[in-house]
Amino acid sequence: MSTRDGKKLREGKKRSVVASVGLHAALLTASAISLIPLAWLALTSFKPKGAWISSDVRFFDQPTLDNYRYVLTETSFPRWLLNSVLVAGMTMVIGVLIAASTGYAISRFRFAGLRTILWLLLVTQMFPVAVLIVPLYNLLGRLGLINQYPGLVVAYLTVAVPFSAWMMKGYFDTIPTEIDQAGQIDGLTPFGAFFRLILPLAKPGLAVAAFYSFITAWGEVAYATAFMTGDDHYTLAPGLQQFVSQTRAEWGWLTAAAVLITIPAGAVFLAVQRHLVTGLTAGASKS
Amino acid sequence: MRPFTRKRWTSAHWYAWTMVAPVAIVMGVLVGYPLVRGVYLSLTDANEANVGRTIGMNEIPATYSFVGLDNYLQIMQDDTFWLRLGWTALWTLACVFLHVSIGLGLAMLLNRRVRFRGVYRMLLVLPWAAPAFVSTFIWRYLLNHDFGLANGMLRAAGLPAVNWLDDPTMAKISVITVNVWLGVAFNMVALLGGLQSIPGELYEASRVDGASAWQQFRNITLPMLRPVSQTVILIGTIWTFNQFPVIFLLTRGGPDSATEILVTAAYRDAFTGIRDYSGAAANGLVILALLVIMAWAYRRSLRKHGEVWG
Repeated sequence: MSTRDGKKLREGKKRSVVASVGLHAALLTASAISLIPLAWLALTSFKPKGAWISSDVRFFDQPTLDNYRYVLTETSFPRWLLNSVLVAGMTMVIGVLIAASTGYAISRFRFAGLRTILWLLLVTQMFPVAVLIVPLYNLLGRLGLINQYPGLVVAYLTVAVPFSAWMMKGYFDTIPTEIDQAGQIDGLTPFGAFFRLILPLAKPGLAVAAFYSFITAWGEVAYATAFMTGDDHYTLAPGLQQFVSQTRAEWGWLTAAAVLITIPAGAVFLAVQRHLVTGLTAGASKS
Repeated sequence: MRPFTRKRWTSAHWYAWTMVAPVAIVMGVLVGYPLVRGVYLSLTDANEANVGRTIGMNEIPATYSFVGLDNYLQIMQDDTFWLRLGWTALWTLACVFLHVSIGLGLAMLLNRRVRFRGVYRMLLVLPWAAPAFVSTFIWRYLLNHDFGLANGMLRAAGLPAVNWLDDPTMAKISVITVNVWLGVAFNMVALLGGLQSIPGELYEASRVDGASAWQQFRNITLPMLRPVSQTVILIGTIWTFNQFPVIFLLTRGGPDSATEILVTAAYRDAFTGIRDYSGAAANGLVILALLVIMAWAYRRSLRKHGEVWG
């Protein structure tokens, strides 16, 4: 029964009908559990106001696009979305650039301070938000970066860069040094070899690092909630909290906004998630 | 590295440092400085009212003073700290255990030749695809006492509604459930990758020797999976221990701070009421110390284990 794929299975005994039914039943149950909350989210977003505060369970209830129209035109949601895209985009670009160059350096060169850098990159991955948030808040305050997008980007870089650099190191390790060598012989400097030869080869790794940086910034709650004030400055995470605060619970708006956020993020995510796991576990197990 | 790299480029410290410099600077300024500053603050009585700041043209000087280890002593003597630590430990253990065991179970199901495997895999990964804060909001609605789906289904079945988020014990169960829902997918995908890298010959050979499915699981699957499972457990522990959004957005630490873990509590100290900077810094450092000890102990026990298992 412990077969890995079709080829091996044929050599073993065939699964009994009962076992097959059990297998599918287990997988179906698990799939249902993972799907129902998201499906309910989508269904709720199409319900009019009366229906989302109804205690009856109804799948469809006068379906309408009112929530979407309202969220997109009457609230600051588009602004939050733009802010989030901006902050996440900047985090991604800057994060990948410095993570790639660092990853390359720690993958290829032996230099004084290498061990310190490696150690730093690992330890910072463990840092809880709670340790850094107050000093970081004060530091950014002194630099006049509180409630500014660059301030938030800077905070996210502390989270995204150490991990991305580790991951890129793991990726560069898989690219043969003979390629750098060939570049050197052709007269390229180490920088030239990195930019012209290695970076183009590392595109899959770069894509994962980019995605990880983007997602880190996109889904972050604590820094965004603490550093940003005012409707215009919110990113999505603090913004959405406005829809369901202590005093009100606009579930229709919330679910419509959630659908609008999840569809693009989820689509990209599903496309890259295989690589993401490889990067995560490879990066950590090499520690 | 390879001989070539070492011989020709060892002298090229200059190149290496230029490439590392951005990270060294970013980390130094944004992590190193705050950390040192955090250590310093944790030894003072700084709060929002007495730290220096500049309002317009006027500079208000700082008036906080050095108090030594008082903040740490206060934490150690505080009963709520120990209660919270206990709950944080329970939360972390429960979540990681459920993540890994459910993830492994599903990975083993998906590792068989089964019809619609791709579809199942896609569906099971979905909870990971939505940003965590979005999913947490969804769950808040699902678990809502009056309008949520959970109670709606209970009522439809003729059962009494449950106070998912307002009863201390139920709230604890709810936050764990939601976090498990969020985290199983990652563990499943990672462990599935590990399972697929186990050579099938091992199973064939053991079958020839007459090993039962359980024996195969114990003696082949688990040991061969160790590199992946170790990593997954370590990452999972750190993530869960630091898990902020789920608790902050689902229950806001309530009811009556029953679900408050160390990280959310430290955050709340720092950013509500008169902001207690020194207390939050001390809390943060206690959390960091716990994490470092945990990671160290875990690595150590693994190394010992590794020797025994060869």
